[in-house]
Amino acid sequence: MNIPIKLTVNGRTHESDVEPRTLLVQYLREELGLTGTKVGCDTSQCGACVVMMNGSTVKSCTCLAVQADGADITTIEGLAEQGNLHAVQEAFWDKHGLQCGFCTAGMIMTVVEMLERNPHPTAVEVRDGLEGNLCRCTGYHNIVRAALAAAEAAGG
Amino acid sequence: MTTRIFGSGIRRREDPRLITGQATYTDDIKLTGMAHAAILRSPHAHAKIISVDVAAAKGAPGVLGVYTGADTDGVLNPIPCAWLVPDSDVKAVPYPAMAKDVVRYVGDAVAVVVAETRAQAEDALEAINVDYETMSATVNPELATQDGVAQLHEDAPNNQAFHWVVAGGDADAAFESAEVVVKDTIIQQRLIPNAMEPRSAVASYSSAMGELTLWSTTQNPHICRFLCSLVTGLPEHKIRVIAPEVGGGFGSKIAMYPWEMLAVYCSMQLGRPVKWTETRSENFQSTTHGRDHIQHVEMAATREGKITGLRAVVYANMGAYLSTASTGIPTILHGLMYSGPYDIPNIKGDVYGVFTNTTPVEAYRGAGRPEATFLLERLVTLLADELGEDPVEIRRRNLIPKFDDGHDVVTGLTYDSGDYEGILDVALAHVDYQKLKEEQAHQREHGVYMGIAVSCYCEICGLGPSQVAGAVGFGGGLWESAIVRFHPTGKVNVFVGTSPHGQGEETTFAQILSDELGVPVDDVDIVHGDTANTPMGWGTYGSRTTVVGGAAVALSARKIKDKARALAAHLLEAAEEDIAYEDGKFFVRGSPDQNKTIQDIALMANVAWNMPEGMEPGLEATTFYDPPNFSYPFGAHVAVVTVDPDNGYVQLQRYVAADDCGPQINPVVVAGQVHGGVVQGAGQALWEGAVYDDNGQLLTGSLMDYALPKAHLVPDIEILSTVTPSPHNPIGVKGIGETGAIASTVTIYNAVLDALKPLGVTKLDMPLTPEKVWRAIHQQA
Repeated sequence: MNIPIKLTVNGRTHESDVEPRTLLVQYLREELGLTGTKVGCDTSQCGACVVMMNGSTVKSCTCLAVQADGADITTIEGLAEQGNLHAVQEAFWDKHGLQCGFCTAGMIMTVVEMLERNPHPTAVEVRDGLEGNLCRCTGYHNIVRAALAAAEAAGG
Repeated sequence: MTTRIFGSGIRRREDPRLITGQATYTDDIKLTGMAHAAILRSPHAHAKIISVDVAAAKGAPGVLGVYTGADTDGVLNPIPCAWLVPDSDVKAVPYPAMAKDVVRYVGDAVAVVVAETRAQAEDALEAINVDYETMSATVNPELATQDGVAQLHEDAPNNQAFHWVVAGGDADAAFESAEVVVKDTIIQQRLIPNAMEPRSAVASYSSAMGELTLWSTTQNPHICRFLCSLVTGLPEHKIRVIAPEVGGGFGSKIAMYPWEMLAVYCSMQLGRPVKWTETRSENFQSTTHGRDHIQHVEMAATREGKITGLRAVVYANMGAYLSTASTGIPTILHGLMYSGPYDIPNIKGDVYGVFTNTTPVEAYRGAGRPEATFLLERLVTLLADELGEDPVEIRRRNLIPKFDDGHDVVTGLTYDSGDYEGILDVALAHVDYQKLKEEQAHQREHGVYMGIAVSCYCEICGLGPSQVAGAVGFGGGLWESAIVRFHPTGKVNVFVGTSPHGQGEETTFAQILSDELGVPVDDVDIVHGDTANTPMGWGTYGSRTTVVGGAAVALSARKIKDKARALAAHLLEAAEEDIAYEDGKFFVRGSPDQNKTIQDIALMANVAWNMPEGMEPGLEATTFYDPPNFSYPFGAHVAVVTVDPDNGYVQLQRYVAADDCGPQINPVVVAGQVHGGVVQGAGQALWEGAVYDDNGQLLTGSLMDYALPKAHLVPDIEILSTVTPSPHNPIGVKGIGETGAIASTVTIYNAVLDALKPLGVTKLDMPLTPEKVWRAIHQQA
């Protein structure tokens, strides 16, 4: 039996009937076609699926779509406003903070929230803040630099 | 004079789509009418299949089809092993797409379900009833060769997949007369590559046209098409393979896998597009693994510390079947590198490839060379310990002196160029080695267990001359291709046969073209990954994309320049030899105002209103570049660690990577490759390891059980370089994709063992987890 949900994603309201077992990430990718959010694992380790829900990051593979009923969701597709990259996106580009790009959406969303909570992080704090996100390409070096550069660009 | 674009750390041109979520990976593809496949995998490592009952699954909601090994048997040909190393008695046993009578590892496919949705397909898997008769299993590659253990394949007695020998000089004589011998048994543990993107395939077959389109997470779409044709029997020209955005590979996306072929089979059966995407846990079982050697190694030397010989007996675990390129990895890419950067006059290696009831083993970043570098660097360190000398000094005494154009080693290779001592000095100066040693002594006095290690390495990449590929049994070529096409407006597309998936060649190839022809880099787009619009090429692995494929781009650009010069001469009414070129302009020597830009030339060549007699229209050039030799990057790495004796925790304090990959097209991209490689190598040293129990159950079957490196566990990586061009490469480059992983594992390992020396610990198997280190310390105490 499907359950009706209503939520806002990247500023647009969506009403859908979903199977109760549908994960938020499945709903975003398959129902709404927002494939920028990735599925990298099935045990909530990798963080490729991180999105913003009501201003906090969640792993959208660990949240049912029905739990997002009424929520305000931002995905990687909704981060750039009017075609202007978010400072964190810009910093990832500037600092070569990505290679294959698969972990990138989750990394960027995580760093966006990290800097909202702590606008002046140290490198150690950035590394600790990335604990829930895995990257196999970069060795994290340039992701850390990107986060610090984004903080600096924002006046941190 | 503008800054040269070759050598400039410009931002990557592929990034805008990746940072905005607009890139399309295989699992993002949604086709009209697309159905979803899920695969039932064996829970047993070794069992006979008595029966498979699919009746209930066929009636489950949304199910379109259920197929077993009995259905695919004889329809899909066995998955080919594409590397039959000569003189080694390779047993290329049948590798079926789905098991029909026997399953040979946990993860072997038994049935595939196709349904309207993925959830329905997964639900239906649970309705399939398989009756197994379990058999004993074998997982350890050395034990698997003994009598009385489980036998995987009738045609491979004692589970021996091959026996390969490398020999140069007279190693046995060197050991008989040796003044000093050091020995070790090294467990190169099995690793699980874990590219962040799980593997996926979308197959769409048109019965009316007999045409197949296959989107696949592959590092080599042209090889995938070639092998897909062999497995399915579909003619190669009717198959289009597309590698869209691919989320990392590290070797795990080279192989032809059965599962992609099952997606193809299902699409052909049902007349609908079919998608299959693995879960991460499925990836752990069914995507290829890496490494997994047991190595008995020894080094002979004089009392002065001059190495006189090296012997190795290696048991290389191949898993249950021979994956596409698997056999070449512990042989050609491993044993031939036993000399490393050292002058070793006598070498002998015996490599036994062994079948076990485990997931097939394939290339994993470095593929054979990390395993060779590890044993060499470990033995040299043990030799230094034995002689009571500084390990750096022993290395220095044995390094091959600087050479610019060719050095033969006894394994039969000819290295291209190297300055091993030069880069060692760069690394040592950066860390101030003597001061570091003093600090270590000081720290030890205060009960802090600090360890230092320095490694030297040289590796083989830039694969490779095709003639050699053929001679060593590789079932394909190893050349690369590039078509450079100027459009009328002077914009350029470059179509390449390589298939980058994170390495940044959309940027670096554009830099090569821009540097050669003066075209703004933003006017160049690189097209790759689609067999329908790119020339044949052998793909992206073995640090060969820029070395071989980039050379093809440069050579095509040079052909363009030759034609452009001739056309410019015609338009400027001058003799061709009087035409000079600078920064994208062709001009009459001495009269720079009389010029034609490359864009002027592109327009005229395309409209062809005024061409010289006999010159064809168009401004396009194709190169198929077959390199005359491999390339041999090298370097020196330094690791500094501390070990906490109370809990066994190893902290990687500093890591310095000094690498020489020849001229760097984009140093930011080069550094990124090194960062990633070093941390992957650190993963092997400290955290990662696949564990099977004696029954062949994979105990590390998810990211909860298998520890990948995380950001807070590693330091910043300090990057240094020297530049020694490869004499045979048109742009001098050598390759950088794997060096980090080749050098860092042993460097970190040696640093930890150095830290543990005062505690009496002299041997540990990787990964050096806190528990293992703590136990070793306390066993000594």
